[in-house]
Amino acid sequence: MPALFFLIPLIGVITLNLPFRKLMKKTAFWFAAVLFIFQIVLVSSHRTSFWGTGLVQGSFFNVNFYVDHLTLIMLFSISIVSLASLLVARAMISDENKRFNFINLLITAAIGMNGIVMVKDIFSLYVFLEVAAVSAFIMITINKDKPALEGAFKYILLSAIATIMMLSSIGLLLLIAGDTSFGAISAAISSSPQSMLVKLAMAIFLCGLFIKGGLIPFHGWLPDAYSAAAAPASVLLAGIVTKVSGIYTLIRIVTSLFGFTPAVSKVLLLIGAASIVIGAFAALGQKDLKRMLAYSSISQVGYIIIGFGTGSVLGVTGAVFHLFNHAIFKSLLFVNAAAVEKEAGTVDMDRLGGLSQTMPITGTTSAIAFLSTSGIPPLAGFWSKVIIIIALWQAGYIAYAAVAVLTSVLTAAYLITMQRKAFFGNIAPGLERTKEAPLAICVASIILAAVTVGVGVFFPFVFNNFIMPVKEILIK
Amino acid sequence: MTIDLILLVMMTIAALWAVMARSLLKAAIALAVTSAVVTIIMFRLASPLAAVFELSVCTGLITAIFVSAISLTRPLTHAQTIAMSKNKFRRYWYLPVIMVIAAAALFLLKIKVDVPLPQVLAIDDVRNIMWNLRQLDMYGQIVLILAGSFGIVILFRESDKDGS
Repeated sequence: MPALFFLIPLIGVITLNLPFRKLMKKTAFWFAAVLFIFQIVLVSSHRTSFWGTGLVQGSFFNVNFYVDHLTLIMLFSISIVSLASLLVARAMISDENKRFNFINLLITAAIGMNGIVMVKDIFSLYVFLEVAAVSAFIMITINKDKPALEGAFKYILLSAIATIMMLSSIGLLLLIAGDTSFGAISAAISSSPQSMLVKLAMAIFLCGLFIKGGLIPFHGWLPDAYSAAAAPASVLLAGIVTKVSGIYTLIRIVTSLFGFTPAVSKVLLLIGAASIVIGAFAALGQKDLKRMLAYSSISQVGYIIIGFGTGSVLGVTGAVFHLFNHAIFKSLLFVNAAAVEKEAGTVDMDRLGGLSQTMPITGTTSAIAFLSTSGIPPLAGFWSKVIIIIALWQAGYIAYAAVAVLTSVLTAAYLITMQRKAFFGNIAPGLERTKEAPLAICVASIILAAVTVGVGVFFPFVFNNFIMPVKEILIK
Repeated sequence: MTIDLILLVMMTIAALWAVMARSLLKAAIALAVTSAVVTIIMFRLASPLAAVFELSVCTGLITAIFVSAISLTRPLTHAQTIAMSKNKFRRYWYLPVIMVIAAAALFLLKIKVDVPLPQVLAIDDVRNIMWNLRQLDMYGQIVLILAGSFGIVILFRESDKDGS
């Protein structure tokens, strides 16, 4: 039945674009909302009988999807961030036609991401990566303003390079294995681990994924795309698209295909540490709120990669946990940025100030998100960072652990600066008449804040039931 | 073997021409030539199906779309073209250098096929490949085309407010 996560949205998008456009334009938002809520409920109900069964044999849709615990976590993140982006779109895109097109693209992006996390075939993975990426390119430019077009163009160019790299690597792997399924490739790689051809294929594929995930030094496109994108698109892009297409894929490919060779671990640790430090320093110097969040995103993704690079059970589960947390709190910060953009008309932090007085919900949820990002207990971000740091320590990477701890202080520094400039203190001149963000944005930020607090407070339950079982990806 | 080498060199030259050409129209034609050479290479590698797709889509359809899009633009004057290409060279001189270094690195690494290669399957029925073996990818294509059509609507349809 996991095929439903692919089929229902697909049939939905096609139906929405049949005649009766007027009616469809009205129902599009509700259809998408029900779709994402349905996905959230199904994933969190955690019923094994549902996931194991396929559609009726011999039917027109004869496709196998695979679901494990990592997939479940990703499906949950995809649906919740898409829902937040949908709510922000309702408030931020006033033109009905544009909003309708945006919702359609949001659903196709969700199909793409659902596909990415459910396939076990490297070529199908590539196809769905493209689906998600193409939808994201267009969503960025929904307002057709110049910075957004420029940001999208940079994203397209670098994403195309990443795609070419992955496709060449898939070609090499097909040559080696004779098939594109994960099982066949994994068997072929483990039977000749010293082959130069295999190493070349691995190196090219990893570089492609680093570009997709926006890691240092492959991050050139990310700040422009995040900061120039239309507000609902930046929520989706920062919250989940790059996480699924870059980081999830990296985790899946390394654990299912390449395995943790010492070289792979070393590269991951180095790239992760560089991203953490450079991302945090770059974030310190930003004046534009969304740009600062973009650099912060690079830094946080670095934590995921460095934890994953240890290759231990604790490190990998910590990385997956941080991936989930980061998807939630970074989308929350971008939802808040959207609220500020809508009400104050700018995201330049020098011109903002004291917004907590007029926008209490936005100010409070933003405080929760920034505390979670900087790793303050008992919020969700604290637990995942602690697990990653313990994993680094246990694996003997003490220098990397020290980097992770020290940069955590930097994270707190730039986020406190952000919070103080935008939300605390006296209200900035010209902003006295701002009011609380529209209801849709408030609902989105309250949902995301509730998840951040809930996961943090009920950490033992969440960790044991949802996160720890992810270790199955390490045991072949 | 010699023919393959000649074809590969031709492909590289055509691809370079596509990137370096001063006019967009010539670049589009050069791209079509590149695809045509790739088609021949695919035929020689016993992949007629891929070759037919390459020929019809990349050489035919895409070139037609490019040329029709270019015909809608206003061409630059000769002086502007020369200024543009000088500017382009100043900004991107390092790209060919990187390419040469990468090629040299790959050559020096002496990457050979050093793994036992699996037997290639006999050519299967196209219908079977498309609708049974790679069914999911075909559905993915459908979603991709849908997303692309929304893109065209968003980027190219003028809204009423724009006045045209």
